Amino acid sequence: MPARLSELSDEYNVTQDTFSSLLLDPELPCPKGLVSPSGKVDVKRFSVYRNNVVVGLTGAIADIFPAIQRLLGEEAFMSLARLFVADNPPTSPLMFQYGSGFAAFLEAFEPLKDYPYLGDVARIERLWLDCFHAADAEPIAPDALSAFPPESLGDLVFEPHPAACLFSSQYAAVSIFSANRQGASMEGINPAAPEDCLISRPDAQVDVRHIPQAATVFFQTLFDGQTLGEAANAASSQDPEFDISMAISTMLEAGVFTSCKLINEEPGSTGQ
Amino acid sequence: MLNATPRPIPADHEYLAECSVPARAGAGLNGQHVDDILSDDYKMGFFEVHAENYMGEGGLPHQALTQIRNNFPITVHGVGLSIGSERGLDEDHIERLAKVVDRYQPGIVSEHLAWSTHDNHYYNDLLPVPYDQATLDRVVSHIGQVQDRLKRPILLENPSTYVAFEQSTMSETDFITEIARRAGCGLLLDINNVFVSATNHKYSPEKYLSEFPLGHVGEIHLAGHAEDKDDDGETLLIDAHDRPVADEVWKLYQDVVTQMGPIPTLIEWDNDVPEWHILRREVKIAEAILDVVPEHPLLGERHASAAE
Ligand SMILES: [Fe+2]
Repeated sequence: MPARLSELSDEYNVTQDTFSSLLLDPELPCPKGLVSPSGKVDVKRFSVYRNNVVVGLTGAIADIFPAIQRLLGEEAFMSLARLFVADNPPTSPLMFQYGSGFAAFLEAFEPLKDYPYLGDVARIERLWLDCFHAADAEPIAPDALSAFPPESLGDLVFEPHPAACLFSSQYAAVSIFSANRQGASMEGINPAAPEDCLISRPDAQVDVRHIPQAATVFFQTLFDGQTLGEAANAASSQDPEFDISMAISTMLEAGVFTSCKLINEEPGSTGQ
Repeated sequence: MLNATPRPIPADHEYLAECSVPARAGAGLNGQHVDDILSDDYKMGFFEVHAENYMGEGGLPHQALTQIRNNFPITVHGVGLSIGSERGLDEDHIERLAKVVDRYQPGIVSEHLAWSTHDNHYYNDLLPVPYDQATLDRVVSHIGQVQDRLKRPILLENPSTYVAFEQSTMSETDFITEIARRAGCGLLLDINNVFVSATNHKYSPEKYLSEFPLGHVGEIHLAGHAEDKDDDGETLLIDAHDRPVADEVWKLYQDVVTQMGPIPTLIEWDNDVPEWHILRREVKIAEAILDVVPEHPLLGERHASAAE
C-alpha cells in the first residue's frame, strides 16, 4: 500500500480508546471510520451501542438496589442511575459486584440531601448481594454449645460464616430497607432513629435482621476473635440491659458462625 | 469436525448427567425457571449458562446450577473475556472461567468475537472489532491463551453488528474462517446474528452462510431481534433476545441443519424472560426441525468425523 494511502486509512482507524470514550458520553460525535452501508457515519447506529451499554448498566443498578428504586420512583431512579454509570462504569465483568460507589453517590447528590438515609439503605442492599453470593459453609448446629461444660462457655471463640456481616446506621436504614424490599408502607418509621443489623445466610436465603446496638458490639467482638465472655462484657458495658440469651439464640438461628472452640484448645477440635 | 468434544480438565465434582451435549435443542438457563425445569416431564437436550453468573463464591446460583447439572448436560457461554481486546486478556478472568469449567464440566465452552473491557472498564456489551490483520493476529493469540488454560478447544461466536469499520480489509466470514484455522477453535454459529448483521450491512444471509466454515461449527444459537431504523431510514435490526425467533431465522436454520445434520441448538431469550412454557415452546420448534433433519448430512467433512 502506498505510504499516503496508508496514512489516509490510519486516520479512519477507530481504536478501542476512541470507541469506549464515546460510549458513555452522548454529547461526543460518532467516530469517523464507523459507517453504515451508505458509507456515512451514522449516529443512530452508533447509539445502539451507547444504548446497550447504558441500558445494561442502569439495569444492573436497578437489580441491585430495588429498595432505592421504590423510594425514589422509577423515573427519578433511572435518571440518577444514568448519571452514576456514566461516571462509574464497572471495573469487573462480574456484574454482581457492581455499584459499591452508589451509596456515596446518593449521599453526595445535592437534591437528595433531605433524605440522608438513602446512602445507608443502598449500603444494606449492596451487602445483601455480597451475602447472597458469599461462599457456602455449614453454620454451627443449634445444640453446639451444649457440647461444652457450662463453666467453660465464656472461653469459647467462634469462626465467622463467610456470608455474615454487621452494619450500623445513624438512621432507620434497616426498617426502611425492609419495608421497601417487602413493598410495605413506611408509616411509623422514624428515619432519624439509629439502627443496626445483622446480615447472614442461614440457608440459601439472605436474612437482614434488626438487632440492638449492644448485640452489634457482641457480634463484632466475636468476629474480632475474642471470647464469648469478652463479647458479653463488651455488650453489657454498652447496654446494661443487654440480653445474652437472646443474642445467642439470634447467633444460632441466623447462622453467624461455622465453628467454635475453647480458646486454648488445639485447632481442629471444634464443637461443630 | 472441530467442535466441542470436550477434553475436560480434571474436575472436582461428579454429576449424574453426561458431559457431552447431544445434537438436540436446549435453552439458556434462567434462575426463575429452575423449579419448573426440574418438575417438567419434558427433558430438553441441554442448558446453557453465562459463565460470569457463576463466578460468585457460593449461594443459591451454585445450588441451582448443581441441580440442573445433575439432570442435564450444560454448555458454558462466556460474556466477559473480551477476546477482541486491544490490551490483552485478564488472566484473573481466565482463571475464574477455568474454575467454572472445572466445577461444572460443560460439554461446550464458548465466547464471543467482540470486546467488552477497556482500560479496566467493563461495558457489559459485545462491542465490534475491525476485520483486519492486526485484529486477526490478536484474536488468534487470545483464543490460544484461553484454550491453553482450559486445556480444551472453545467455540467462538459470530457477532451482531450495527456499524462497519472502514479499516476492515476482509469479510467477516473470511476473518472467522482464518481464526478457526489458525487458533484451532470451533465456531458457534448464531443464525439470528447472521440475519441481524446481514440486514444491517445489506448483504445476503444465504451468501454469508454459504461462505461460513460450517465444518467448524459445534453449536447453533437462535434468538429474537427487534426492528428499528437508522439515520437513512433503512432497517436496523437489534439483537434483543427478548422475543420468539423470527420466521426468516427459522428458515435459515432449516437450511443450515439440512446441510450439516443435527447439531446442539440453543434458544437465547434472556431479556423480558418469558414463562417456562413459552421458552419451552421455542425449544420444541427447534427440536422438531432437528428430528426430521437427515441423519447423514450433506457435509462430507462433518460426516466423516462423526462416523469415527
Ligand atoms: Fe448468541
